[in-house]
Amino acid sequence: MNGRGLRFLMVLAILAVCGQGRAENPVFESGPFVVPPAAEPTASDRIDQLVLEQLHELNLKPANLCSDAVFLRRAFLTTIGTLPTEEEARDFLASEDEAKRAVVIERLLDRPEYADYWAMKWGDLLRVKAEFPIKLWPNAVQAYHHWIRSSIESNKPYHHFVQELLVGNGSNFRVGQVNFYRAMQDRTPRGIAATVALTFMGERADQWPERKLDAMAGFFAHVAYKPTAEWKEEIVYFDPNADEEGLAAGAIFPDGTPVTVDPAKGDPRALFATWLLRPENPYFTRTITNRVWAWLMGRGIVEEPDDFRPDNPPSNPQLLEFLQQEFIDSRCDMKHLFRVILNSRTFQLSSIPAQDTPEAVANFAHYPLRRIEAEVLIDAINQITGTTEEYSSPIPEPFTFVPDDVRSIALSDGSITSSFLELYGRPPRDTGFESERSRNTTPAQRLHLLNSSHIQKKIEACPLVAGADELSPEERGDLVERGYLTILSRYPTKDEIAVALSHAEEAGVSGRTFANDLVWAVLNQPEFYFNH
Amino acid sequence: MKTSLSRMLASQGGVPVSRREALRRSVYGSAGLLLMEPFRLAAAPGTGAIPLEGGQITEGKARSVIQVWLWGGPCHIDTFDPKPEAGRAFTGALDQSIETNVSGIRIGQLLPNLAGMADKYALIRGMTHGNNGHETAAYLVQTGRTSERDVFPGSGAVVSYFKGYDAGYEGLIPPYIVLTEPQGRFSEAGFLGPRFKPFATGGDPNGKVFAVEGIISPGITEEHQRARRNLLGNLNTLGGALPGNAAIKTVVDSEDQAYELILGDSGKLFDLGQENDEMRDRYGRNTFGQSCLMARRLVEKGVPYITINYKGWDTHKQHFQIMNRKLPELDQGLAALLGDLDGKGLLDTTIVWCTGEFGRTPKVATESPWNGGRHHFGAAFSCLLAGGGFKGGQVLGATNATGEEVAERPAYPADVIGSIYRQMGIPSDAPLPHPQGVPTKVVPDAAEGVPMAGLLDELI
Repeated sequence: MNGRGLRFLMVLAILAVCGQGRAENPVFESGPFVVPPAAEPTASDRIDQLVLEQLHELNLKPANLCSDAVFLRRAFLTTIGTLPTEEEARDFLASEDEAKRAVVIERLLDRPEYADYWAMKWGDLLRVKAEFPIKLWPNAVQAYHHWIRSSIESNKPYHHFVQELLVGNGSNFRVGQVNFYRAMQDRTPRGIAATVALTFMGERADQWPERKLDAMAGFFAHVAYKPTAEWKEEIVYFDPNADEEGLAAGAIFPDGTPVTVDPAKGDPRALFATWLLRPENPYFTRTITNRVWAWLMGRGIVEEPDDFRPDNPPSNPQLLEFLQQEFIDSRCDMKHLFRVILNSRTFQLSSIPAQDTPEAVANFAHYPLRRIEAEVLIDAINQITGTTEEYSSPIPEPFTFVPDDVRSIALSDGSITSSFLELYGRPPRDTGFESERSRNTTPAQRLHLLNSSHIQKKIEACPLVAGADELSPEERGDLVERGYLTILSRYPTKDEIAVALSHAEEAGVSGRTFANDLVWAVLNQPEFYFNH
Repeated sequence: MKTSLSRMLASQGGVPVSRREALRRSVYGSAGLLLMEPFRLAAAPGTGAIPLEGGQITEGKARSVIQVWLWGGPCHIDTFDPKPEAGRAFTGALDQSIETNVSGIRIGQLLPNLAGMADKYALIRGMTHGNNGHETAAYLVQTGRTSERDVFPGSGAVVSYFKGYDAGYEGLIPPYIVLTEPQGRFSEAGFLGPRFKPFATGGDPNGKVFAVEGIISPGITEEHQRARRNLLGNLNTLGGALPGNAAIKTVVDSEDQAYELILGDSGKLFDLGQENDEMRDRYGRNTFGQSCLMARRLVEKGVPYITINYKGWDTHKQHFQIMNRKLPELDQGLAALLGDLDGKGLLDTTIVWCTGEFGRTPKVATESPWNGGRHHFGAAFSCLLAGGGFKGGQVLGATNATGEEVAERPAYPADVIGSIYRQMGIPSDAPLPHPQGVPTKVVPDAAEGVPMAGLLDELI
């Protein structure tokens, strides 16, 4: 960065400090959003600079940085879909290491839950689900999920991940990734092309001219399927004679580049993959970097993240370009992309807005509130209460039973029966759209958390409650502290302790009933319900 | 296809435990579906909002449907299609039929209350689909479809789709309710999605307190509920830091609605204590009987579709012992329901249909290990159909002398469901929103290859 830019940013920083007309909220905030001058700004610094520059141009003020407690909870929920434990919260809040946020991020990227959680996300996009009477059989689901999860666990370079999905051949019980072709709703060449466009190019082919889809379909006209002697097993393979419509002859790359497809010389899917996965192909890098940004920041630079269109431009094109270049330079290293975004101050902004406008949201002036996903929510409740779920899938016989120590984010199969997961918006995994997963809030969801036997029984079993037979007033205070650290990953304020203790007096409750009321009330706070 | 042998084996030994277990596991927490959003969710993007063409929905002669679902498959010749002349090899111990109040119609000997009111209902004796697997047959009977490519919605979800929140139905009580447990192995909503799944009440309406999932929390008094609600509001620190935040406002508004059910008047609907003892006795003091009573209360509130999921009819063994216990329960509850609806003037606008996924083998399985059991039988079975404009005192179709084959006027599941839809003001060509935009009507036509023998015009 040149000297002029640096001075400009320092002025911005001062403006930011002075701009907040109110006192900082120490529960949620920790100082202004400033990028200290550095001889060589890090990639995360560059993100912050690009965001701040844009905010300045639009005359928008950024929020403050978030407090340590908010950061910890957000980093956990966003990176591994898991709530910090009471102990993890205490340790982090007590640590005086200046780099403690970066240290936590590194640890999270190495945890097994990272692979679980992102395999769940990819399971949505790649439609991993057994279903009667259509879609995949459980054996295929297991193979597919295993391939996805181990790719994520080993941090397989993203272009390799996509390559394997695009050109896979073989049994869908053995070669997991071929289920990409098996789990599509529409397995015609055009249907495959539309799915590939959505998944890896971020475009919706129903917005395309018909001939563009036909031209892309030419690359997938030789995908064929055949059964085996094993019940419901299918082989996905390249069949040189499959193209009944003669689509391959009209194949053109989606950017208009002409090509000659000769199935006698090999599988046209390989031609397509080679075109798609060149570093300079913007379709490919923009889609994945924007997706990751959206996953971590709650909103895409292009929103929705799978809806790139000329009339839906990025809110910050420089930022998207920067992320793409960073991703290419790292050889499509997914964890690197995560690390760069998570370490940015932009990710670490408070959710208390300086101005609450759609423009501020679209330009990342503060962190948005996001209701935590169904699986993450129930896992968090189980962790807090020391309970588990019983999952089974009745599709087909013999039923699939899931051991009760398997967390919900680690479920492989979208068909696992659970009214809770459905209620809180688990996607049906039919279309691969990001928006299939619902994060909205409904009265039915509130009713369930407030008053269902399912949640009540968990609260009764919670160690904080079950072990609270006799509580002195002082022990009540300790219980409030433990409750807050366990559920909200922070210490309670003096006011909150006072409110809780006066509830004990006014409602005349003590012991387990008091503990039950407290855990119930904290668990039902919006602060628990949202990643904020 | 899986053989019916494996299913038969599954029902004798250790496997049924897993089946029961799976059903049990799917039960909890369906409070979920209570309070579904009473407005239309945005269509999934990219599905390209296909304009749906087809028949117009009208008010219909009937306003509500009560489906008495005999899960497991009741035997037709022990109930609505008795065959005393077929001999003990078929009738077993239930070798008598009894006269009803409609001359010429006789039903099974353990159904005396229903026999006294045959003028109120029709019996369809030519039901058939030929499928002997629980899931596939349950799917068939409740969707009318045979499709292997798509998962169609069951009739409750279809009625909820056309007559629920999107059609002006209002209130906090969901438009499709199951008493008390969902079926588990049957995706009621199919491609219509979870929003059209039934709300399963859980609890036991015959219990001291009918602990409807989410509404009644046994052990927490109303006063304590109010104190907890205060505590909840007073601890909302994030809400205080984010005044006017739209996401938090949605949470608070949702909470108000939830408390209308927990503490307000809406939840009282499920309080069967508001019925007098005489009325409760009339229905039978058992889960099924009180479920029938609850169903009547829901109909009075205008709920368009109620399923009573009455389990325990899969009687490969001990068939006759179980019938001696269950048929009087069915008889009392169902007769009380029909009589009560009729007495309140609600039967004209309320359809009651009672059947299972199939019948049971008319020939008694006397060999070991069955020792007097009956197996699955999709070739022929019966359905009771009453109210909502269907004529009572009728018998439609017939089986042969042993009840093993349909001899006259077959009726396929799509015929029955389609007729119910029609009475509800949902014409056969009303469009369903197929996920891939394939034009789809509520009732299949010949092109779909679903066997049909025509809507039940004879009963109108």
